[in-house]
Amino acid sequence: MEDAKKKKMTAYTKQMIITYGMVIAVYIICEICMHTGHMSNQMKGLLVPLCYYAIMAVSLNLTVGILGELSLGHAGFSCIGVFVGAVFSICMKDVITVSYLRFFLAILLGALAAGVIGFLIGIPVLRLRGDYLAIVTLAFCEIIKNVVNIIYLGKDSNGLHFSTKDMMSLGMEEGAVEIVKGPQGISGMPSDANFTIGILLLLITLFVVLNLIHSRDGRAIMAIRDNLIAAESVGINITKYKLMAFSISAALAGAAGVLYAHNFSIVKATTNNFGYNMSIMILVFVVLGGIGNIRGSIIAAVILTLVPELLRGLQQYRLLIYSVVLIGMMLLNWSPKAIEWKEGIVTKLKRGRNKQVEKQAD
Amino acid sequence: MKKLLSMILIAAMSLSLLTGCGGNDGSVDGAETGTGSVDGSTSDAGTSDAGTSDAGSASNAGGSSEVWKIGGIGPTTGGASVYGIAVQNGIQIAVDEINAAGGINGVQIEYKFEDDEHNEEKGVNAYNALKDWGMNILIGNVTSAPCVAVAAETAKDNMYQLTPSASSPDCAKNANVFQVCFSDPNQGIGSAQYIGGNALASKIAVIYNSSDVYSSGIYERFKSEAANQPFEIVAETSFTDDSNSDFTVQLQQAKDAGAELVFLPIYAKEAALILTQADAMGYQPMFFGCDGLDGVLAIEGFNTDLAEGVVLLTPFVADAEDEKTQAFVSTYVERYGEIPNQFAADAYDAVYVIKAAIEQSGATPADGVSGICDKLSAAMTQITIDGLTGSGMTWVETGEVSKDPRAMVIENGVYTNFQ
Repeated sequence: MEDAKKKKMTAYTKQMIITYGMVIAVYIICEICMHTGHMSNQMKGLLVPLCYYAIMAVSLNLTVGILGELSLGHAGFSCIGVFVGAVFSICMKDVITVSYLRFFLAILLGALAAGVIGFLIGIPVLRLRGDYLAIVTLAFCEIIKNVVNIIYLGKDSNGLHFSTKDMMSLGMEEGAVEIVKGPQGISGMPSDANFTIGILLLLITLFVVLNLIHSRDGRAIMAIRDNLIAAESVGINITKYKLMAFSISAALAGAAGVLYAHNFSIVKATTNNFGYNMSIMILVFVVLGGIGNIRGSIIAAVILTLVPELLRGLQQYRLLIYSVVLIGMMLLNWSPKAIEWKEGIVTKLKRGRNKQVEKQAD
Repeated sequence: MKKLLSMILIAAMSLSLLTGCGGNDGSVDGAETGTGSVDGSTSDAGTSDAGTSDAGSASNAGGSSEVWKIGGIGPTTGGASVYGIAVQNGIQIAVDEINAAGGINGVQIEYKFEDDEHNEEKGVNAYNALKDWGMNILIGNVTSAPCVAVAAETAKDNMYQLTPSASSPDCAKNANVFQVCFSDPNQGIGSAQYIGGNALASKIAVIYNSSDVYSSGIYERFKSEAANQPFEIVAETSFTDDSNSDFTVQLQQAKDAGAELVFLPIYAKEAALILTQADAMGYQPMFFGCDGLDGVLAIEGFNTDLAEGVVLLTPFVADAEDEKTQAFVSTYVERYGEIPNQFAADAYDAVYVIKAAIEQSGATPADGVSGICDKLSAAMTQITIDGLTGSGMTWVETGEVSKDPRAMVIENGVYTNFQ
């Protein structure tokens, strides 16, 4: 009994070590490549977006894989993070000159704002289940995008000006800073994000999600996923745990959004960026990586972001190949035949190893 | 099973990272020095794209290791691909002409175009990919939002950037960026002054696209300039990309307010719908547009009779009589099977602007990216270009072009000079 418990513990720790180790190893390799000048500009430019997509996939996996609810509004929470974080940074550019401190506060604020909105949206939405929940989260994502698209915000010596009509109705003085320009997006963020911060944020996300999964709360959340009625009957507070998972997931997406915003000098909320399409793309990462499999989410996010970029040489065929890769990965991961085939190989390998062991024993 | 799979995936990931790392040795130096000291792997990448620059690679056989590497960025896939492809083709024609005539100061041009999907993030990715290729001059981006994102990166590298068609003033904020097209504010001011100066109408309605930088940029300046002009804006209505199919409400408002002229700072696709729906309502004001309206006659399923009498300020019309335009249009039609729009013409001009700036400053590829940028930026304010999109184009230090907008009216299905 003791032994079994010990073995289980070590298996779990091993999994954790592999996940963290993988991220840290990739970080070290990339840093070495960068400092020895062996990394292309293209890769350098992709590092922060890769961290962003990995964080998005891991945090969505918390909702989809652990809580077991299909959310199509994940990009909306990220959008909140982008705009709250970016507005904060632009306003505080002259006040807080230490970029790390300012960025840290921006991330905290972005995560907090997204978490609060996630909590508020979660209260009515989490009463629904399955397809209904998916549709409603989708609608919220669109609402967030559209609200962001009518906001005009500027700053001059009199303070902040706000309008939902157009830039001119702000009535600002000459030389004012235009912060949010409605559908034309937000620009002028200080470029505070870098790869190290991205990796740190990814590690924090992993730490939060993995610890949550393996805690008492996490087991309660998974119990809800596996059987709602049974969970309720043993006295688990369904609403509390659902809201907990949902708003943590939203907060992490918000933090990721702040990272994204500070990597580019302009961010717009369109269907492809922070709209429906992006939510689906993140969901694709999660499904391909394996629902509930945190490490898989990271790997899928990285591969699927890299593929279309590394295939640039193929001109317009690259998007075609990208979709073929998608189908291929989906079949390989999820079709029963492919799973059977993979298991066959694994057992063969094991048998081979056993035979070797036996031979050695002889 | 899962473990094995994840190991395979990790292996795949690290492999792809390594190819990302290793495949470009030396190209970093290439980008820094710009001397074409590019190793085998990258020059392979250059020549394998010979489809886009056959003349360039043919000239390489001549043995000159010094070439101008001109990169272009724009959307060749997605909703804005019409503009990106037009620019890609326009640059290609100009590059081939210059290479056939012996290059710039005897140095040949190599040209490569990357897709940005009209997306800021992809725009920066495309820019980085072109840097790896060894680009020393950038023509791009085609659309405004990605251009702003890329302009921030070119400012860091001090890379010379000339955008053919990104018209937002934010694009040319930095000293290293110049525009071939009119900036949006100038178009808005120009339109207001033209309408006021020629006393075309006293009551004006505006219908604009609030989700589009181009459209709302023009509208804002039009409105502020209108205060100084002898006309009155009686109705301002907007639509967005999500609601661009029904304009009866906007037109009814304009009609009720008694507008004699409807100003349309929008693109041709929506304008065609507006003209059709206004006709159905029996509303016949004068319609006045900017360069975005160019192409309205080519819209599929549009009754071109309705466009009769539409006035537009545009720098380029495909049926202009001058020799240069006709030569360009016939080459374009022959090679790509369609009539070029204003974007293609802007792109074509962009290459010749770069040629003139290089000749003026005497820059060579050996100057390095930053050196080229300093020389060309200084030369930009000294040159005067007669191009397809305007004669006597000059630039100011802020990067904006100054050229005279031409007012055209559509008569009997062709553009003719207004008045």
